[in-house]
Amino acid sequence: MQTVAQPKSLWGGELGLIAVLGLLGLLCLFIAARTIEPAYAFHMGLGVIAAALSIFAIFQRYNARPSEHPPLEIDGLPNYNFGPVKFLTLMALFWGLAGMAVGVYIAFELAFPDINLAPWFNFGRLRPLHTSAVIFAFGGNVLLATSFYVVQRTCRARLAGDLAPWFVALGYNFFILIAGTGYLLGITESKEYAEPEWYADLWLTVVWVVYLLVFLGTLYRRKEPHIFVANWFYLAFILTIAMLHLGNNAAVPVSMFSSKSYIVWSGVQDAMFQWWYGHNAVGFFLTAGFLAIMYYFVPKRAERPIYSYRLSIIHFWSLIFLYIWAGPHHLHYTALPDWAQTLGMTFSVMLWMPSWGGMINGLLTLSGAWDKLRTDPVLRMLVVSVAFYGMSTFEGPAMSIKAVNSLSHYTDWTVGHVHSGALGWVAFVSFGAIYCLVPWLWNKRDLYSLRLVSWHFWIATLGIVLYITSMWVSGILQGLMWRSYTPQGYLEYSFIETVAAMHPFYVIRALGGTLFLLAYCLMLYNVYMTITASERAAPVTQPSLQPAE
Amino acid sequence: MPTTYEWLAQFAQSAGTVYCFLFFLATLVYALWPKNGAQFNDAARMPLRED
Repeated sequence: MQTVAQPKSLWGGELGLIAVLGLLGLLCLFIAARTIEPAYAFHMGLGVIAAALSIFAIFQRYNARPSEHPPLEIDGLPNYNFGPVKFLTLMALFWGLAGMAVGVYIAFELAFPDINLAPWFNFGRLRPLHTSAVIFAFGGNVLLATSFYVVQRTCRARLAGDLAPWFVALGYNFFILIAGTGYLLGITESKEYAEPEWYADLWLTVVWVVYLLVFLGTLYRRKEPHIFVANWFYLAFILTIAMLHLGNNAAVPVSMFSSKSYIVWSGVQDAMFQWWYGHNAVGFFLTAGFLAIMYYFVPKRAERPIYSYRLSIIHFWSLIFLYIWAGPHHLHYTALPDWAQTLGMTFSVMLWMPSWGGMINGLLTLSGAWDKLRTDPVLRMLVVSVAFYGMSTFEGPAMSIKAVNSLSHYTDWTVGHVHSGALGWVAFVSFGAIYCLVPWLWNKRDLYSLRLVSWHFWIATLGIVLYITSMWVSGILQGLMWRSYTPQGYLEYSFIETVAAMHPFYVIRALGGTLFLLAYCLMLYNVYMTITASERAAPVTQPSLQPAE
Repeated sequence: MPTTYEWLAQFAQSAGTVYCFLFFLATLVYALWPKNGAQFNDAARMPLRED
């Protein structure tokens, strides 16, 4: 320990961030005063408040912190930075509740249209709120949290940057706040999964670049010569999302004082850009990122090495090289050139192979530890998520085939497919990861209750089954009704008849979603009790004797 | 004389196939190269290491 205390002063990074936030806050204030759009002024007002609070927080931290930078290592062990990981985990849990609750509400809106409360709680405004909240807010926070955890543990190095990880964590959640409130107020680019307007997009770009730098900086510091496969998946996710975001949001605002912007692409090019983005949001956000979770958390929880590391390398490179071309299958039978449609279909069918390679690799990682499925509901959740991944990556290629797509497109079958992936794969693997992470991060011996995890697992699984089976039936029914002709060559059903036929399935779907949400609440309680009431892990006095978790 | 679109589409359809296939071969060679085996076996256990 040092004997002479150094005089305390603000570090360069702190000063720089205060300056940047101060300027941004003033800019927001200027715009808020000049714009004639109330909703836009509200967002700029939020910007002013966020900048002021951040500067205040930097000074608070300055008063509390020592004059020295935190050491990279303590007694030869990496001094991990888990503060942002904890925050991101809690934010994921919060947004998950919000996003799933809105999802259940709009499911009931479809079954009982009278509860569409215009204008704020219309289906049209709540639907992007639901998709963004579960994908980008819940999923995004899970990805940020796990990536910051996994990259530190597998590199045996402290997270790069001092304020940068906090900037990423808070900046990303501020973006979510702007995006979500914007939808309710009617601010949207109307591009599916890319609805936020230009100023939110610019902010996200800055946050994302810092995220990439933090991740790369940590990799650069690594003590392990080999970069673990999960980090490759995270890196592909971060880089590709940056590329997609920039491509699909190349928009020109009407004015600095207006929230409205127009995209530079026109016609079918815009459609192609949109679905190149849209499908790769599935491929790189909801797949590559969560596969990284699988490759770290399944071996860790099963206490078995990855079944085949060679397969994981082939899995990685073939998955990312194929996924990027699959987007055109969203534009079958449109103005998109026929060869591009066929290309999208062919790559989607080929994608089946790496997807199943990855699934097999994840499942067989349990070889020698299958008995743990009976005793460990967290591992069961992780494994069932991989099984759902296998199921939906088989269904997806099938639906991308033009002949199948002519029946399935624009129907509820697509909605069911998305949810078997989103609930079964993404949400379950996230739940499994959070159940692992919480005791590790808060230094607890174990979860508060494994029985509650078991209840969560079974209720949620029942919810998924109700959801996807009702959507299969309703989707195929819908598709068949749309294409059925009378012997005279007229359409047999009016559109409203097809809508009325959906009603029972919409009710079943809403019930499935409700079960999934209720089970999620069990998880929230379990996590809360783990953090506040669970027994602490063994003290760290003898690191060599520390238990596995 | 072909238009820019035709030329680009032709190029994407032919050179793209060859490029992707060669990249895939290179991946296979790297992943299956016998000398890399020990390193990969070691890497497969990375999540299990504690500190």
